[in-house]
Amino acid sequence: MTKLNSKIPAGDLETKWTKYKSSVPLVNPANKRSIEIIVVGSGLAGASAASSLAELGYQVKCFCFQDSPRRAHSIAAQGGINAAKNYQNDGDSVYRLFYDTVKGGDYRAREGNVYRLAEVSANIIDQCVAQGVPFAREYGGYLSNRSFGGTQVQRTFYAAGQTGQQLLLGAYSALERQVGLGTVKMYSRHEMLDIVMIDGKARGIIARDLISGKLERHFGHAVLLCTGGYGNVFFLSTNAMGSNVTAAWKAHKQGAFFGNPCYTQIHPTCIPVSGDHQSKLTLMSESLRNDGRIWVPKAKNDARKANEIPEEERDYYLERRYPAFGNLVPRDVASRAAKERCDEGCGVGTSKMAVYLDFAAAIERYGKIQVNKMNLHNVSKERILELGKEAVKEKYGNLFDMYAKITGENPYETPMRIYPAVHYTMGGLWVDYDLMTSVPGLYALGEANFSDHGANRLGASALMQGLADGYFVIPYTIGTYLSQDIRTKAIPTDHEAFVEAEKKVQEQLDTLMNIKGTKSVDHFHKKLGKIMWDKCGMARNEKGLTEAISAIRALREEFWKGVRIPGTQNEMNLELEKAGRVADFIELGELMCKDALNRKESCGGHFREESATEDGEAKRDDDNFSYVAAWEFKGVGESELHKEELKFDVVHPSQRSYK
Amino acid sequence: MTITQFINSSLGRKTVMAATGLFLCVFLVEHLYGNLLLFYTDGGEAFIEYSHTLVHSLFIRIVEIFLFAAIIVHVVQAIHLTRLNSTARPVKYTEYKVGETSNWFSRNMGITGSLILFFLVVHLWRFFVPYRITDAVGGEGQINVAQDVKLAFQNGWYVLFYLVSIAFLTFHLNHGFQSAFKSLGLNSKKHEQLLSVSGSVFAFGIVGIGFASIPVLFYFGIAGSTF
Amino acid sequence: MNLTLKIWRQKNAKDKGGFALYTIDGISEDMSFLEMIDVLNERLIGKNAEPVAFDHDCREGICGMCSMFINGRAHGPWAGTTTCQLHMRAFKDGDTITIEPWRAAGFPVVKDLVVDRSAFDRIIASGGFVSVNTGNAKDANNITIPKPDADESFAAAACIGCGACVASCKNSSAMLFVSAKVSQLALLPQGQVERKQRVQSMVAQMDAEGFGNCTNTGSCEAECPKEISLTHIARMNREYMMANIME
Repeated sequence: MTKLNSKIPAGDLETKWTKYKSSVPLVNPANKRSIEIIVVGSGLAGASAASSLAELGYQVKCFCFQDSPRRAHSIAAQGGINAAKNYQNDGDSVYRLFYDTVKGGDYRAREGNVYRLAEVSANIIDQCVAQGVPFAREYGGYLSNRSFGGTQVQRTFYAAGQTGQQLLLGAYSALERQVGLGTVKMYSRHEMLDIVMIDGKARGIIARDLISGKLERHFGHAVLLCTGGYGNVFFLSTNAMGSNVTAAWKAHKQGAFFGNPCYTQIHPTCIPVSGDHQSKLTLMSESLRNDGRIWVPKAKNDARKANEIPEEERDYYLERRYPAFGNLVPRDVASRAAKERCDEGCGVGTSKMAVYLDFAAAIERYGKIQVNKMNLHNVSKERILELGKEAVKEKYGNLFDMYAKITGENPYETPMRIYPAVHYTMGGLWVDYDLMTSVPGLYALGEANFSDHGANRLGASALMQGLADGYFVIPYTIGTYLSQDIRTKAIPTDHEAFVEAEKKVQEQLDTLMNIKGTKSVDHFHKKLGKIMWDKCGMARNEKGLTEAISAIRALREEFWKGVRIPGTQNEMNLELEKAGRVADFIELGELMCKDALNRKESCGGHFREESATEDGEAKRDDDNFSYVAAWEFKGVGESELHKEELKFDVVHPSQRSYK
Repeated sequence: MTITQFINSSLGRKTVMAATGLFLCVFLVEHLYGNLLLFYTDGGEAFIEYSHTLVHSLFIRIVEIFLFAAIIVHVVQAIHLTRLNSTARPVKYTEYKVGETSNWFSRNMGITGSLILFFLVVHLWRFFVPYRITDAVGGEGQINVAQDVKLAFQNGWYVLFYLVSIAFLTFHLNHGFQSAFKSLGLNSKKHEQLLSVSGSVFAFGIVGIGFASIPVLFYFGIAGSTF
Repeated sequence: MNLTLKIWRQKNAKDKGGFALYTIDGISEDMSFLEMIDVLNERLIGKNAEPVAFDHDCREGICGMCSMFINGRAHGPWAGTTTCQLHMRAFKDGDTITIEPWRAAGFPVVKDLVVDRSAFDRIIASGGFVSVNTGNAKDANNITIPKPDADESFAAAACIGCGACVASCKNSSAMLFVSAKVSQLALLPQGQVERKQRVQSMVAQMDAEGFGNCTNTGSCEAECPKEISLTHIARMNREYMMANIME
């Protein structure tokens, strides 16, 4: 345990960050100009960090595997971004946002980090508005808010169902501005394939130009990984097709500890799987739960259509089980409840692995509000519903359209079918308060780190964390490290460490190309996904996890013998890209199962069947598991566990209840 | 930014096209007003007087310079833009169903424009050159322009040529009129419908029917019986 | 269903390229168009042939990475839809589907159906932003914006930068893309300070990238997956003219 120092500043929770900021060592402007920083990833965390650091005067190189930084998967976030602004006068505060986040995370996050996150949340909204992000507004011209799962205040800022897009485009525009000014050099269609270590510090990366296939060496005084989560280890997830763990995993192999890998968020409102051809799952924003009601038929194997089932034969199971929060319980709770109903045989749709999300009541309610607003009298029921549909369309139109395109059904007439799907990973590279991993000079931001969400993330908090890390945390905390590094001159990339690192990457590419097996990369990826979903998904148990570990090991052997990659290395080769990523997912999958096996309690997104209350709720074990599990890489398939004890000085862990 | 830079930018070029185009539209209205004087049953006197003024007024002389300048700029700019645009897609699509997303006339202003230009040359040669260049209008023993119009439209092929040309002009304007407003930035969501309707009314209702009525009515002997 | 696919294959930017014909069976109506290509690629790999390279990422219609010209239409036959959201329901058994990359001087082909759209990034870098350093901002509610302006600005900001406007325009014009950003920021109080400079720089960069001119045919608007309105182009024209006149 001596290896882990979270470096949480001493003092009261409320003053930690303020004190830190005023005492952090500074780098003078002239020195900043000669310091180079590598940022890998261009999503909310990456773009905001790259632009903010460049504004400070550092020389930044930013990498992304997509054709443009604007494509990063942050763009797909729909619902919104939390901030403790209390614009609604409903009792919100920094403390309450902090408290909700710690509680929502099932008391598995660091108080210090979360409080800082809540503190800077308000600045994020200010910054984004200043950039021209068109958040939703009220008629008075002020910002509008909505509520989200796991909270009882309205603190979520949004831009229709495209909040992530608008925030990312804001950060992207800030990034492009720096590109135009020449302070950021952007490397699109580049994938980082290893970290270069010199004297125990991260000093650069090896990246592959995905168009020419050539390997490149890049030096940096510090390296920031803003590479997102690893949900695609499940093959089917709401992540983008290209989202991967490679950068984080390579860092892990270079000594960065991996924190809480088993914490996966299964999002309750996704469009169900329709067949074997499925390549990814599509999320329907959680904001739909604000107005939609979730139900299944009371009877098992009810074959009737939704509209034919009378009200009294419907089971609004979330409202029944959790009257205080109803349809707005946190994601982990909502997901497990859906699984429980479907496992009971009450699921709907052809696969029976879905529940209804019904807008009929909301349409009627909105219709009546519209009638009052427009001061209409003697209005027919049809007209009310029509007005209601218009109102719902304005709020959720793009989501409804998307649902209609994918399923071919009209969600304004029939309830939508939804089912949980892998969405976000709370685990990630272990970082300290400075966001530095256990490798000096190597940082992890956004979803790539493990820090702020504990065992379960609240809705609209991912955008908040990504931007907090990039805009408001790293610009300060990186000074602590770089101020000690001002005498380090740029290291030429013909240094032996670079040569060595490139050789290693080259060898792996050669090995992959030379396997010349018989099965496609996707074949292995799908197999891995199935193992993970079945044994390390919404519910986990010792037997399943043990089986999973040996199955994954066997799959790894199979992969390295049997994968087939057509084409050559020195060209654009999408299969080769995927192969490298899947190879890393396989190794990660094993670690996730190990972590899940080690954590015998249930907490947040991690549900161990052995640890449940009588009525099926998750049961935490604070006496034995109130720690961060940080895993050290000791060779493929070998890892050592380090524990970082979690101390709660302000919030006292209690059994989470949303009843 | 200098004026040359502005004019040589993509948006500047479109501004020039739009401005000259709209100026020519104004001319068309004036031209139509004059031509409709032919429908007076006064033996063509109003029209002859109007033509006389046109030929002899100093003001019109000056306007005329602008008019020809506008035509030349409009045409030269169009040719230049067409050439620029053709380099913007060096490899063409094998299958390109652009017809499903826009209408033919909006995409082929160059073709309709070229036909109109051809018509313009013929038209000027027949009516403008003799009156204006040889100054044979208005005096004793000179051409009676009203009768001359009547004479010209006795020929069925000639009438047909006019009708086809006017049809092209109409479709050119149907897109060009509203497009010019858009290029000059004079459009918004609120007025989009209005703009598109006015464009069509102008093109079909005013220019199309207005100009087409002349050859048609003369050919069938409905107009010009008093000349 | 069974389909014949006529797909553009091009080894790299320098290769001349040409069409290849593939027949494919067992395609379900519920598949997305890209899932259908996945099936084709899986089979090509099975035969040790090179799979078709195409851009795609989020597969939920928002990242703007997918970019195919399908049967003569950008993103295929459905209006307001990206290729990843196009489903096979749109086609019939026995259809022949022609798939080409975006074609424009500003979007050179990289490989097969993959094109280089970095011109769009350069246009944004030339002025598609508000110059506000991190930390400079005042309280968000100190800036009030009339809802209609905010909504209109959002409608422009919905652009995903996929390039369908360029691909579908007969002149390969990028005006819809550029005008969406100009419009978004021109409508907001935050964008006022740099308003003139922005439109001038962005138009200059757009011209330098080799995109064509706008003829207001409306194809871009019809093909835009986010249904961005042509009126933004008019607004950009206005902004540009005012910027030059008022200078």
